[in-house]
Amino acid sequence: MSSVLVPEIPAPGFSFDLCQRNNFLSKKGFQVPKAIKTGTTIAGIVYKDGVILGADTRATEDTIVADKNCRKIHYLAQNMYVCGAGTAADTDMTSQMIASQLELHRLNTGRIVPVCTANAMLKQLLFRHQGHIGAALVLGGVDLDGPHLHCIFPHGSSDTQQYTTMGSGSLAAMAVFESRWKPGLSEEEGKELVADAIRAGVFNDLASGSNVDLCIIRKGSVEYIRPYDVANVKGVKQSSYRYKRGTTAVLAQTIRPIIIEKETICKVDTESMDTSS
Amino acid sequence: MAMLNEYSGRNLPDYEFEAVKKVHFSPYADNGGSVIALAGDDFCIIAGDTRLSSGFSIYTREQQKLFPLSNTTVLGCSGCWCDTLTLTRILSARMQMYKHEHHKEMSTPAAAQMLSTMLYYKRFFPYYVSNMLAGLDENGKGCVYSYDPIGHCERSNYRAGGSAGALLQPLLDNQVGYKNQEGVDPTPLSQERALSIIKDVFISAAERDIYTGDGISIKIITKDGVKNESFSLRKD
Amino acid sequence: MSILAYNGGAIIAMKGKNCVAIAADRRFGIQGQTISCDFQKIFEMGPHLYLGLPGLSTDTQTVMERLRFRLNLYELKENRRIHPKTFSSMISNLLYEKRFGPYFVEPVVAGLDPVTFEPYICNMDLLGCLNVPVDFVVGGTCSEQLYGMCEALYEADLEPNDLFETISQALVNACDRDAMSGWGAIVHVIEKDKVTTRTVKTRMD
Repeated sequence: MSSVLVPEIPAPGFSFDLCQRNNFLSKKGFQVPKAIKTGTTIAGIVYKDGVILGADTRATEDTIVADKNCRKIHYLAQNMYVCGAGTAADTDMTSQMIASQLELHRLNTGRIVPVCTANAMLKQLLFRHQGHIGAALVLGGVDLDGPHLHCIFPHGSSDTQQYTTMGSGSLAAMAVFESRWKPGLSEEEGKELVADAIRAGVFNDLASGSNVDLCIIRKGSVEYIRPYDVANVKGVKQSSYRYKRGTTAVLAQTIRPIIIEKETICKVDTESMDTSS
Repeated sequence: MAMLNEYSGRNLPDYEFEAVKKVHFSPYADNGGSVIALAGDDFCIIAGDTRLSSGFSIYTREQQKLFPLSNTTVLGCSGCWCDTLTLTRILSARMQMYKHEHHKEMSTPAAAQMLSTMLYYKRFFPYYVSNMLAGLDENGKGCVYSYDPIGHCERSNYRAGGSAGALLQPLLDNQVGYKNQEGVDPTPLSQERALSIIKDVFISAAERDIYTGDGISIKIITKDGVKNESFSLRKD
Repeated sequence: MSILAYNGGAIIAMKGKNCVAIAADRRFGIQGQTISCDFQKIFEMGPHLYLGLPGLSTDTQTVMERLRFRLNLYELKENRRIHPKTFSSMISNLLYEKRFGPYFVEPVVAGLDPVTFEPYICNMDLLGCLNVPVDFVVGGTCSEQLYGMCEALYEADLEPNDLFETISQALVNACDRDAMSGWGAIVHVIEKDKVTTRTVKTRMD
């Protein structure tokens, strides 16, 4: 029993309360709205000393750009990042959840988490949901065995590759890799190659756009460059559209001051955390 | 099959096979693009973006979407590009026929009426085009006619249409029609201001509409003829 | 027709110089029929924190109440005001929990940081994907029109009074080109020491 004072602790995981209602509504002819997709170009390569991941920064809602500068390279662990394509909420949340699991894993084992562990966790999560979590991922990282690059599909299958692309601009980006990737690229060559692949997606795929983000993962260090290249800038407006004050007709106006009446600071004795267990 | 029919009482869902399906075919394509037209006292400006696209890919970055029909009339089209091509070809043929029959060029309002009739003539298999006709009327005043795909025609002074029509139109209402503004005296639209508004709204539309971009081509129609201008937009 | 367009409505939020503004229309309708012209879509969640919930009205109210509950628990537990950023994560988590049976709302958050008074705006899709831009966010049935208006009108670092003019003109003109929203508008401008609420005159058709 729940009450106001002792709220029931909700079960963890997804809640399906509204499915029946939403299903009913969609049967009545109201289509379920589309979520924001990151119609995306994401890419990754293995180079001489590590992995380079790249992504564009456009998020679209059907044919409208919802976010011009969104972050598509997500943190997973100190030595691992993941690029996400597909449903934006899914890629964000999936990487957040796996990131916390990996951190716990790292604390439990006390060593650098291997990239294949993250790969397994991600594909297990996606397979468990049978493709309903629409996340297509490019996972890159460096561990004790050196650099690794995986691409993971929404249904939970994965590939291990030396260079890979995903998202709606994947063909444009792959065309660049297929013509120019070779083993043992230097870091500068690698960065330019990935940036060119992303640019190919940005300019030739309508659902990708704006800037190029890069993330370089070496052994022991990470460099997240955002933006690496501002591929497109907004045009310069010819004139200003600032209005004269009083242009808008106001019917009523209320001003509520925010007054801070009293400020108290309570000192709390710092007690060392219990780490016995 | 005979074997299966004998056991018709049994349900064999696993061995169901699909019958021959009618292949779905849509005669229409959406090739995007936006057109905008503004009318002034003695001029008319029409502008269209130059991107031709389908789905998530770009066919070309430099496609003119404006078709001069006479010295004082320009048609702007967006939507299904193949329909646009056919429509404009027939339209220019009929403009020419008119010229030969009557020994004068068709006026803009007459062309507007003809376009409406031609669109309605295809009422049940319409040209999937959003048209915008800009020009000068008999008195030399700028006029803009906008259409729906089946021939509804409306004259106005400013209009935006195509894939980014919804993004462009409210700003025109506000800046050209002086809607919702208190204490401003509506000054007649000057050519410079019209041009700068057109460029600005296309800059905004290119930011948010994926089908609008690359560049715009502008045609300024005055009694001295049609002047061309272009302006580039973002390319992603 | 999408469920998000069942009741109609439009919300927009903009950043200014040391201030933020959030504005919404006031229509409550059922498809084409307008029921009332004083519907609340923006909710005060703290002195400097406002939340707009465009979408299906039943979910607007449910989500607001669920959030208020979580917010109250948070503030009781922490004994301090929530940061807009934290609040946004809270909404995002609430929405993503319902990933497979979502609430039909696209929240918009506007507020000032309770410590530094930095302006903060963000919006989300109905699954809770956060979008934190530097200029403005929009939501609701006429988001296309709003995007077009805002992209042209927005300028950085507007003073509170200028910000009010820009945001209201953007909202009112966009709503005039949408059948599902309009019928009055309300604008809140949030500054460090005061909140100014104005109801704006609009077309009522």
